Amino acid sequence: MLALEDGTVFEGRGFGRQGETAGEVVFNTALCGYQEVLTDPSYAGQIVTMTYPHIGNYGVNPEDVESSRPQVAGFVVREASTVASSWRSTGSLSGYLDDNGIVGISDLDTRALTRHLRTHGAKRGVISTLSNDAAALVARAQVSRSMVGLDLAREVTCAKAYAFDGVRGEVARPYKVVAYDFGMKRNILRMLAAAGCDVTVVPAATTAQEALAFGPDGIFLSNGPGDPEPVTYAVEAVKALMEKRPVFGICLGHQILGLACGGKTFKLKFGHRGANHPVKDLRSGRIEVTSQNHGFAVDPALFERPEFILTHVNLNDGTVEGFRHRDLPILSVQYHPEASPGPHDSHYLFGEFIALMKAHRDGRAA
Amino acid sequence: MPKDPSIKSVLVIGSGPIVIGQACEFDYSGTQAIKVLRREGIRVSLVNSNPATIMTDPEYADRTYIEPLTPEVVEKILERERPDAVLPTVGGQTALNLAVELSRRGVLDRLGIRLIGASRRAVEMGEDRRLFKEAMGRIGLEVPRSGFARTLEEARAVLELTGLPAVIRPSFTLGGTGGGIAYNVEEFEDVVARGLDLSPVHEILVEESVLGWKEYELEVMRDKADNFVVICSIENFDPMGIHTGDSVTVAPAQTLTDREYQAMRDASRRIIREVGVETGGSNIQFAVNPKTGRLSVIEMNPRVSRSSALASKATGFPIAKIAALLAIGYRLDEIQNDITRVTPACFEPVLDYVVVKIPRWAFEKFRDASPLLGTQMKSVGEVMAIGRTFKEALQKGLRGLEIGASGFTRSDLDDGRIKEKLLSPDPDRIFYVKRALDLGWSHEEIHRMTGIDPWFLDQMQQIVDLECLIRPGLDDETLRQAKRMGFADVCIAQLTGATEPEIRARRKAAGIVPVYKRVDTCAAEFESHTPYLYSTYEQECEADPTDRKKIVILGSGPNRIGQGIEFDYCCCHASFAFREEGYETIMVNCNPETVSTDYDTSDRLYFEPLTFEDVMNVLDVEKPEGVVIQFGGQTPLKLALPLQRAGVKILGTSPDAVDLAEDRKRFSALLSKLGIPQPESGTASSIDEAKAVAKRIGYPVLVRPSYVLGGRAMAIVYDENLLEEFAREAVKASPEHPVLVDRFLEDAFEADVDAVADGERVVIGGIMQHIEGAGIHSGDSAAVLPSYKIEPRHLETIRQYTRSLGLALEVRGLMNIQYAIKDDVVYVLEVNPRASRTTPFVSKATGVPLAKVAARIIAGRSLAQQGITEDLTVPRIFIKESVFPFLKFPGTDVLLGPEMKSTGEVMGASEDFGLAFAKAQSAAGFTIPTSGSVFVSVNDNDKAGVLPQAKALSEMGFHLYATRGTAEFLNDRGVVAEMVYKVNEGRPNVVDLIKSRKIDIVFNTPLGRESFYDDGAIRKSATLHGVLIVTTLTGAAATVQAIAALRERGLEVASLQEIHSRG
Repeated sequence: MLALEDGTVFEGRGFGRQGETAGEVVFNTALCGYQEVLTDPSYAGQIVTMTYPHIGNYGVNPEDVESSRPQVAGFVVREASTVASSWRSTGSLSGYLDDNGIVGISDLDTRALTRHLRTHGAKRGVISTLSNDAAALVARAQVSRSMVGLDLAREVTCAKAYAFDGVRGEVARPYKVVAYDFGMKRNILRMLAAAGCDVTVVPAATTAQEALAFGPDGIFLSNGPGDPEPVTYAVEAVKALMEKRPVFGICLGHQILGLACGGKTFKLKFGHRGANHPVKDLRSGRIEVTSQNHGFAVDPALFERPEFILTHVNLNDGTVEGFRHRDLPILSVQYHPEASPGPHDSHYLFGEFIALMKAHRDGRAA
Repeated sequence: MPKDPSIKSVLVIGSGPIVIGQACEFDYSGTQAIKVLRREGIRVSLVNSNPATIMTDPEYADRTYIEPLTPEVVEKILERERPDAVLPTVGGQTALNLAVELSRRGVLDRLGIRLIGASRRAVEMGEDRRLFKEAMGRIGLEVPRSGFARTLEEARAVLELTGLPAVIRPSFTLGGTGGGIAYNVEEFEDVVARGLDLSPVHEILVEESVLGWKEYELEVMRDKADNFVVICSIENFDPMGIHTGDSVTVAPAQTLTDREYQAMRDASRRIIREVGVETGGSNIQFAVNPKTGRLSVIEMNPRVSRSSALASKATGFPIAKIAALLAIGYRLDEIQNDITRVTPACFEPVLDYVVVKIPRWAFEKFRDASPLLGTQMKSVGEVMAIGRTFKEALQKGLRGLEIGASGFTRSDLDDGRIKEKLLSPDPDRIFYVKRALDLGWSHEEIHRMTGIDPWFLDQMQQIVDLECLIRPGLDDETLRQAKRMGFADVCIAQLTGATEPEIRARRKAAGIVPVYKRVDTCAAEFESHTPYLYSTYEQECEADPTDRKKIVILGSGPNRIGQGIEFDYCCCHASFAFREEGYETIMVNCNPETVSTDYDTSDRLYFEPLTFEDVMNVLDVEKPEGVVIQFGGQTPLKLALPLQRAGVKILGTSPDAVDLAEDRKRFSALLSKLGIPQPESGTASSIDEAKAVAKRIGYPVLVRPSYVLGGRAMAIVYDENLLEEFAREAVKASPEHPVLVDRFLEDAFEADVDAVADGERVVIGGIMQHIEGAGIHSGDSAAVLPSYKIEPRHLETIRQYTRSLGLALEVRGLMNIQYAIKDDVVYVLEVNPRASRTTPFVSKATGVPLAKVAARIIAGRSLAQQGITEDLTVPRIFIKESVFPFLKFPGTDVLLGPEMKSTGEVMGASEDFGLAFAKAQSAAGFTIPTSGSVFVSVNDNDKAGVLPQAKALSEMGFHLYATRGTAEFLNDRGVVAEMVYKVNEGRPNVVDLIKSRKIDIVFNTPLGRESFYDDGAIRKSATLHGVLIVTTLTGAAATVQAIAALRERGLEVASLQEIHSRG
C-alpha cells in the first residue's frame, strides 16, 4: 500500500524488498533508463514513480549505474517485469531491489498517482508491504521528513576526496578539476574525464581553500538531492571559488551556484523528472531535449542584475535552465547534460567547460 | 525563424488510390497538412486521383484536382496554378517519386517552383539503396552487407559476399514489391529475376540476412534550425524478416536500455542530417542483433509514412501537421502542442500506456496467393489498440481485427502444424504461438523458431496462465484480473460456460467497469485539453463527459477489401455535420490510418475495438442521445440489433429496416408487395437445400452468405459440383447466417444507385452504370456517372423503384441499391440502407456531400429544409475505376468475378466519355497507349462483339496480334491480325511478346475452364509488366473510345471547384 500525507491511498502489490519506507513521492516520465534513475543519488529521500507502465523489461546490468547502489527511498511502477530480456542483463529488477533493500510497489494506477501529484504537488508518502492500516500509514507519511530545508547532499556525498580513474584507454586529461560531490552521477565523471579532465572528487563540505589546494583549473559542482538552501557551507565555498576559477554547476550544483551569486531558489510544484524536456539555448536558438531531475529551481529575479546572463530556459514552463556571468567564468545548467538516462543533445556543455578552463589558464599565463 | 514569406501558395500531392502499402494514412497526413497550410494563409492546391479521401473534399483546398498522378498531368496543373512550392512529403512514395520525376524533367526549375519538405537529393538518397549505403558509411553507421546487381550474374557475385539466406530488394518499388528472401540458390534466382523485372530501373539489392534480429523504428522530426526530436519508438513483435507493415508492432520500444535507445537516437540524428531532410518527419528502421546488440541501419523514409501515422495516433503528436508547418519555415519551438496547449512541439512525447498495432490480411480473397509473410507487405489494413499493459492492448487489438477471434484464442487451429506455423510465419502465427504456450512449449524453443523476444513471450504466457484460472465459478478478483489483462466478456463467457450478457451484468454488479484514460503526449505531466481516450481497468476515470447533447458515431474498424476508406470518409462527414448541427460528436474506432481517428475530427475520440462490449462501455459513460451506425459499413451495422436490444437508441434508419433489407425472405416479400422484380432466389441453410434451390431456379446461380461485405465467398456457379464446393466456403464465411442462392443474370447491365431519404422524400444522388457486365462485383467494376447506355425508360423505372424502396424501408439517411437490366426488365439485386462504397464518388461528382446530407437528416433536418428536393445531376462524365493488388500476390489470376478484390479506386472526369475513361485508367496506373500493338484473344461469344473495336484500332494504326481462333475470325472479316501462339502452342508465344514489350494492350475475355490456365498466364504476365489489360467487351469498347479521344484532344485538367463552378 502507498499512503500519501494528504490521505490519498493506493493499493498495489509489493515487489523488491518487503518492508516499509518513507519519502517524497515524485514521478519520472522517462520511458527507459530505470536503472540509471534508481542509482541517481539525486533521488535520495524520494519515492520515484515511473509513469511508463512496463518497468524492468530488460533487467539490470552492472554498467548502467550512476552510483554504487540504488539511491531511491522507494519505487512505484504499474507493472514490474517478471523476466529480464537483454543480452546485457545480469539479473531481474525485483531481485536487484530486494538485494539492495529497496521497497517497491506495483500494480497500482500510476497515472492516477501522477495526476494527483501534478495537481496537488509532490507529497510525502509511505510504501508499506507490511501494514494495510491506511490511517496509520498516512500518519507516518505526515511525520516523515520534508524536502524543504533538508540537506541531503551531506548524506550522499563521498566520505573523503578521491581521484577518479574510471576511464578506459589512454585519454589526455590536461585539466585538473575538483568536483564537489553533492550526490554525483557517475556519468558526469565519465563525461568530464572523456572531455579531458583529471578529476578529483571531494566531499560536499570541502572549503574553498581545501579545494584550491588541489591546484585545479576548474571547479565542478555536481547534482544532488534535496533543498539547496541549507547547503550553506557549499554556498560559502563557491562564493570564494567563483572569483578564482571557472566553475561548472549541474542541477543542485547549479542551484548552489545561483545562491552563491546572490540569487534565490524555490521549490517547484511537482518538479521536472524525465528525459524529454525542451530547453532552449538562448545564445544559439538551438533546442536541446534534456534529461531532468529536480524539485527546486533558481529564481529568475537573479537576471534583473545585468551581470548575470540567462542562457538556457525551459520551454515547457519558462523556468531557468542555465546561466553565465558577464565577467566571471561561470557555467551553470539546471538539467543533466550527462544524460544517462536521456538524450545526448547537451554533451557540448562539457566542451564549454573545457573552453572556459583553457581561456582562464591562458589568461593567467599571459 | 518564422514562416517563410516567400511561400504563398503550395501544391500538395496526394498518394492516389488505396493500395497495399499505401492506404488511408496518407489521407490523414494530407488532410492535416492542407488544413494547417490554409490556416497559415497559404493558397493550397491539391492533386490526388482518389475521390474517396477527405483531403479531396472541395472545402479543404483552394483548388482540388482529382486527376491522375502522372508527371504529365501534374505538370499541367503546375502550369495552371503556378504555386511557389510543391509539398510531396505527405503523399507517400507516390508523391515523392512524382516530385523527383518533375524535378528530373526540369519542370520545377522551368516554372520556378521549389520542393519543400524534402529535397530531390534526400528523396533519392532515401530510396536509392546504393546512395544510402554510401551515406551510412560516411557517418560511420553499419548497414547489412550487400551489393547491387543489374543482372543475374552480378547477383550471383554479390551472393558470395552475403551468403544464404539473402534478402533481395528491387530498387524504387512500393512497399517492397517484388522483394523476398531466398534460402536456396533456386529460390534466389527466382526472386532475383522477378525483382530485376519489377524495379523501374532494373536493379536489385542483394543483402545479408538479418533475419530474426530485433527490429525497431524511430519516428523523428527535424526543423530548419537543425532541431531534432524523436516522436516515437516502435518495436516489432515480429523480428526482422517480416515487413514492418505485416508485423505486429508495439510502441514504445519495450526491450531497449537507455544506452541502446540513445545510441539509436544519436544514429537517427546523424542519418536525417546526412540524408539531408531539412524539415519534416522521417522514419528510420534499425535491426539489433539480439545476442550482441550490434546495431544496423535498415532504411529511412524521408517523409511521413504508415508508421508515422501510427506514431501520431500512438502519441497524440500530429506528425504530418507539424511537418507541413516546418516545411513552410517554422521551427519546432514556434509550434504549440495542441493537447497540452501550454508546451511547444519541440519535445519528445512520452507514453504511459502501450500501443499495439496488428495487421489485417485478405488472403481469403486471393486463394492462389501464398499467405507466407516476408519482406513484401501483404496486409490490407491494421488495427491499433491502447492498453495500460501489452497484454491488455494485444487482446483489445486482436478482437478489434474482426476476424472471428474475440481475443487470443482460436479454436480452429491444427496442433500438428504448430512447428510449421512458427517457422514459416503467416497471418495465423500469433495464434499458433499462443497455442504452443498452451501446450507448454518452452519460451526458448518458441524464441528460436520465431525470433519473438522473450519479454513478449512472457507477457503472452501471463495471458495463458490467467486463462487457465478462468473457469466456471470464478471469483470477482480473478474476473478483475482477467479484465485488467484485456480478456473480452465473450472470452470469459466461453471459458466459464456463461453468456456475454451474464458476464457483463456480473462484472457491473461487482463494480468491474472500465475507466477511460487520456492520450496526452506527456504521461500526465501536463493537463490534457483533448479528449482522446482509451479504456482500461484502473482506478481513476478521466472521461469527464459533458452534459451537452451528443451523438456517438461508430467507425468501420480496420481496412479490408470491401470496407475501407470510403466508409471512414462517411463517418468523418457525419461527424462534421453533427457538429454543425450543434451536437457534441463522439467517434469510436480502432483504425490508426484514418482521418476519423484524428483527435480533432470529432469532439471526442474513443480509440476502442468495435465490439458490443467495448461500444456499450463507451455508451455507459457518455450516455449519448443515440448512436449512428449507417456510415461505417458492415462493422457497426452488425452491432445494430444487439445495441438496440440493450436499450441503445439507433439514430437514422431503424435496425429493423436494415434487417428487412438483409433478410432475404422478408426482403422478397417486400419486393413482391411493391411489385419490383428481383432475380429468382432461395435461401438454404444446408448444401442439399442449396442444390434444391439451384435446380428450381436453374443454373447459373450466384451463391453467397448473408451479412457480408465485398462479396466475400460469393461465386457464380454453373453446375452442381461447383455449387457444393462454394456453398461450403460460403457457410464457413458466416456460420450464423444461411446461404443465399440467386439466379445469375448473365450479360445484364448493372447499375448502382446512391440515394438519401428522410422518411418522406427520396433524393437520388446518382445512377452509376457499371462498365463491366453482371457477375463482376460492384466494388471492382468501373462505374460511370451519369449512366451512359441505359435507356431513359429504364432510368425512370430505377428512379421509381428507388423512391418506393426508400419510403417502404423508412430510410432516414443513406441507401444504396444495385440494379440489373436484362431483356428489358429492371431487377433489384440488393438494397443496403446505409452508406455505400460509392458515396464519396457520387459526392465528388455531384458536388453535394451526401453523407453530410444524411447526417443532417438524422439530426432532424429534412431534405426540404436542406433545400435538396430534386435528384442530383452531374456537370461532366465521371468514371470510377478500381485498383487491384494483384502485383502483390504473384500467382493469382487477375480475372474479376463476384468476389471483390480491389483495394482502392480512382476517378476520372471529363466532358468526353473517352477522356474520362482514359483519365481513370491512367490514374489506376495504366497509361492508355495511343499507338502500338494490341493483343486480342476472346471467347466465341465475344468474337462478334470485339470486331468493331478491333476494326477501329486497326484503322487508328494499331498492329493487331491475336490467337488462332480470334485471328481467323478477324482476318475473315477484313481486319488484319497477326496470329501468335498461345502459351501451350509453341514459341515465341504471346507471353514472350509481352515480356519483350511488343504488346501495349491485352484484350482477353475468359475462354472457359479448359483454357483457364493459358489465359491466366497471359493476364499474369501482362499485369507483371504493367501492360493494360481489358477482360470485358464493354471495357474494350470504352478503351477504344478513350484511345480515339486521346488522339483527338489529349488530356485536360480541371479542379473540382471549377467543375462545380465555385471558384
